[in-house]
Amino acid sequence: MIVSRSRFPVALFVLGTMLAALTMLAISVGSFPVPLPKVIAVLWAALTGADAEVADNMRVVVLQVRAPRVIAALAVGAALASAGAGYQNLFRNPLVSPDILGVSAGCALGAVTGILLSLPFLLIQAFAFGGGIVAVGLVLAVGAWVRGGDRVLTLVLTGVVVGSLFGAGVAFVKVLADPYNQLPAIVYWLLGSFTGVLPKDLVVALPLIAIGLVPLALLRWRINLLALPDDEARALGVNVGKLRIAVIAAATLMTSAAVAVAGVIGWVGLVIPHAARLLVGAEFARMLPVSALLGGAFMLLVDTACRSVGRTELPPGVLTALIGTPVFIWLLALTFRRRP
Amino acid sequence: MILKAKPDLIIDVGSTNATFASLADRVQQQTGIPYILLDGRLDTTVQQLEKLGGVLGAETRARELSAYASKLLDGLKSRIAAVPADKRPDVYYARGPQGLTTGLRGSINVEMIEFLGAKNVAGSETGGLATVGREQVILWDPQVIVTNDPNFYTDVWKDPVWAASLSAVRKKRVYLSPHLPFGWFDFPPGANRLIGLVWLSEILYPELFKPDLKREIATFYRLFYHREPTPQQIDVLLAEPGVAPR
Repeated sequence: MIVSRSRFPVALFVLGTMLAALTMLAISVGSFPVPLPKVIAVLWAALTGADAEVADNMRVVVLQVRAPRVIAALAVGAALASAGAGYQNLFRNPLVSPDILGVSAGCALGAVTGILLSLPFLLIQAFAFGGGIVAVGLVLAVGAWVRGGDRVLTLVLTGVVVGSLFGAGVAFVKVLADPYNQLPAIVYWLLGSFTGVLPKDLVVALPLIAIGLVPLALLRWRINLLALPDDEARALGVNVGKLRIAVIAAATLMTSAAVAVAGVIGWVGLVIPHAARLLVGAEFARMLPVSALLGGAFMLLVDTACRSVGRTELPPGVLTALIGTPVFIWLLALTFRRRP
Repeated sequence: MILKAKPDLIIDVGSTNATFASLADRVQQQTGIPYILLDGRLDTTVQQLEKLGGVLGAETRARELSAYASKLLDGLKSRIAAVPADKRPDVYYARGPQGLTTGLRGSINVEMIEFLGAKNVAGSETGGLATVGREQVILWDPQVIVTNDPNFYTDVWKDPVWAASLSAVRKKRVYLSPHLPFGWFDFPPGANRLIGLVWLSEILYPELFKPDLKREIATFYRLFYHREPTPQQIDVLLAEPGVAPR
């Protein structure tokens, strides 16, 4: 599609500008009123190392509460959307989301186990991250053990099975949990939220997300070939098996880190790659950066709305589903009408 | 399960809205066992005890307990009534490992704050439990924070954001509610909250309420749990970090 090739730089530019504007907006609004000039003064001071003549409270709110939250939303959105883009390409199916191999169910089981054991929040996050890795590791191990047949189909089916096994685990933990304290904590964690994000969370999560994103970006041309049938990709010199594992590992790392920070937030990894494909075409090398930017922007917009509706917050997963479902149906209709 | 245990009576203390009332009816119809659903609100504690005493044929003991409860509640109420508005602190109830879940106005979780005449900072909206943002807590800047989560209590002092922006943290007015044998604050919402009220009143109004907590603990545990703790046991209970009123 020649149209989309020329569209790519334009899309990148527009999205980049949109993202910058949205970031500025998000960092300027919040329940604690900080006038825009003060926000700019604080940010400028933080960048240049100068002294900002701003009240301590405002500096803390902008730098330690809002900025980490904005960065976390951007990173989580980008991670989920990129992982989704990678999977949709790998599984040659636009209906695939990053959860397909059970990573979210694994994270959820890890986190709720942490809550059940009354662990400190940092360890709950570590359990969530580990749970995601274990679930997908299990899927890969079972997939390798089954052998034969269609490898991709085997993986998907195993993913569904392992995902529902971990889901049952979550349900069991809920039954065991004390209904006055732990159960509400479990419910709130499963709904997802950026409300508690601290700078120290980012120090761990951002590198993990980057470690997942960089290989996807570096291998983008080869990953593109995974959309072909296996033997054709092989004929073009791609080591399909290894590349597939690399994509799965990268996506799992990113998604687990994202879920450990923000809880389970659906729809981003499914809808955003779709929208990206519609904007710049299905070629992975173009779809990946657009997905990442669009995912970051979408997540940031949703989280900013969630914390601005009132004194209490909405869970972002509710809003992503409310927006994601109709948009997805619309995108589906658009895609099929274009290519009958 | 229930039928196998063959109880003569099912007692349920909690919310009495249409959902729970119809659930109670269902169980009663299914099992043929009488089901009593009592309103678990704090200010009906006396009536709960009297009603239970009547149903269980334990009027004497119920009278003893309800007399204690009513004296305790009325005593607190009359002393609180004299507290001027500017002496009533703003209180934030922090739940969950991050302390970012709280109870809104009318929620059974924060009844004790309301009963003691203090202001629940999240009380401008009505509802149950809700999630709030860090910014919102900073904006409220409560004078006292009460939590039921030991992990939050430990973390709050180490958290750079809270330490820099909350006067309750700077002035060391963050408290952890005791949880033995039942929670003193909101879980479960039952008669265990009576002793919680005495505890909370000394935390909220340190200048107005004389510290008679230890004596009250001994009486309450003897009456309700049939066991009077030794002074050493009470000291251990109050020695958990964050529990003792300062």
